Amino acid sequence: MYNSKYVISGLVIFLAVFSYPFWGNLASKDYTGPKLSLPTDQKQCIEPVEFMRSQHMTLLNQWRDSALREGKRVYVASNGATWDASLQKTCMSCHTNKAEFCDTCHLENAVEPYCWTCHVPPKGNE
Amino acid sequence: MKRSRRQFLKVASLSVAGLGAQLAAGGMTKAAAAVKPSYKEDALALKAKRWAMVIDTREFTSKEDFDACINACNTAHNIPHIPGKTEIKWIWKDAYEHTFTDTTNKYQSKEIEDREYFMLCNHCENPPCVRVCPTQATYKLESGIVAMDYHRCIGCRFCMAGCPFGARSFNFTDPRPYIKEVNPKFPTRMIGVVEKCNFCVERLDAGKLPACVEAAQGKIHFGDLSDPESEVRKLLEENFTLRRKPSLGTEPGVFYII
Ligand code: SF4
Ligand code: SF4
Repeated sequence: MYNSKYVISGLVIFLAVFSYPFWGNLASKDYTGPKLSLPTDQKQCIEPVEFMRSQHMTLLNQWRDSALREGKRVYVASNGATWDASLQKTCMSCHTNKAEFCDTCHLENAVEPYCWTCHVPPKGNE
Repeated sequence: MKRSRRQFLKVASLSVAGLGAQLAAGGMTKAAAAVKPSYKEDALALKAKRWAMVIDTREFTSKEDFDACINACNTAHNIPHIPGKTEIKWIWKDAYEHTFTDTTNKYQSKEIEDREYFMLCNHCENPPCVRVCPTQATYKLESGIVAMDYHRCIGCRFCMAGCPFGARSFNFTDPRPYIKEVNPKFPTRMIGVVEKCNFCVERLDAGKLPACVEAAQGKIHFGDLSDPESEVRKLLEENFTLRRKPSLGTEPGVFYII
């Protein structure tokens, strides 16, 4: 091969850089999510935690459409409990600290929802 | 050589893609399968085929009479007080010749001409605002209420051009600094959307009459226009009433006892 010295060392460097995310992560400590301040007086959210974590926006979209378009403003959770389908009246009455609950995760994930231009965050957090 | 490398890459990429998809789908369906959401109405919700309002204009004689209703609405809905031409109006008062533009006679009762009249969204049966809204941010509920979904409003203001009653206001600025005390039970609006009276649909759904009706203490009546036995129908039968701009055919749901 022509210039095998350069080609092979180039390949080795390329592979090292290219695969850095894999071995770099193996060597580093495990990622830990941000620490949220959870409500102290509640044990359970309206749905299981994994669901809330991954799909709270889907749920809020459904709440909005059901409440505004169909007048059905009561959400029946999978465990049978009923809740007011309202971000302000239901979610924010438990999660009273927007800065240490919503914002912590959203900042970490670089997600900037604009819910709060209309919905009122609980007092003392803005 | 060439062929086997291609094959290797194909197989490798397919299996990586498959693995990824399985991980993603597995995670999603596990969380979603556990949740079977359903929705229902509030047991207290007030129902009507066609909500309508009857305002007894003879009873509104002082500034306080009007202010009680306006303030009740402002507090319930976080309506800002912005002075000048960019003000936000859900319910307000105006002169006879501005309210009943179709029906002014040259010589008529001075008393009636000097009265002031409430103005608000008429929740028209044929609402032009709904017809022209390109996003369905404005829509008509089955109960006849013309409602707003501020999440969808793009602020194009077609509805303001469509409404012949000037019942809609545009948010030229962020309204929050102009709200004295924010009611945490109701959202505010944001800069760039159009807002208006919603016949207190959020209160009806919770079993309560509109805030202005409650504050008016019998001077404003609210009920089902489609029900001949209802209070509003009785009042219409017994009194002479007007609606605003009837010639336009929008069929307002707000009636004025003169
Ligand atoms: S009064 Fe105006 S805003 Fe209200 S329903 Fe009629 S057209 Fe629409
Ligand atoms: S301003 Fe908003 S509500 Fe009015 S027509 Fe445009 S999108 Fe619809």
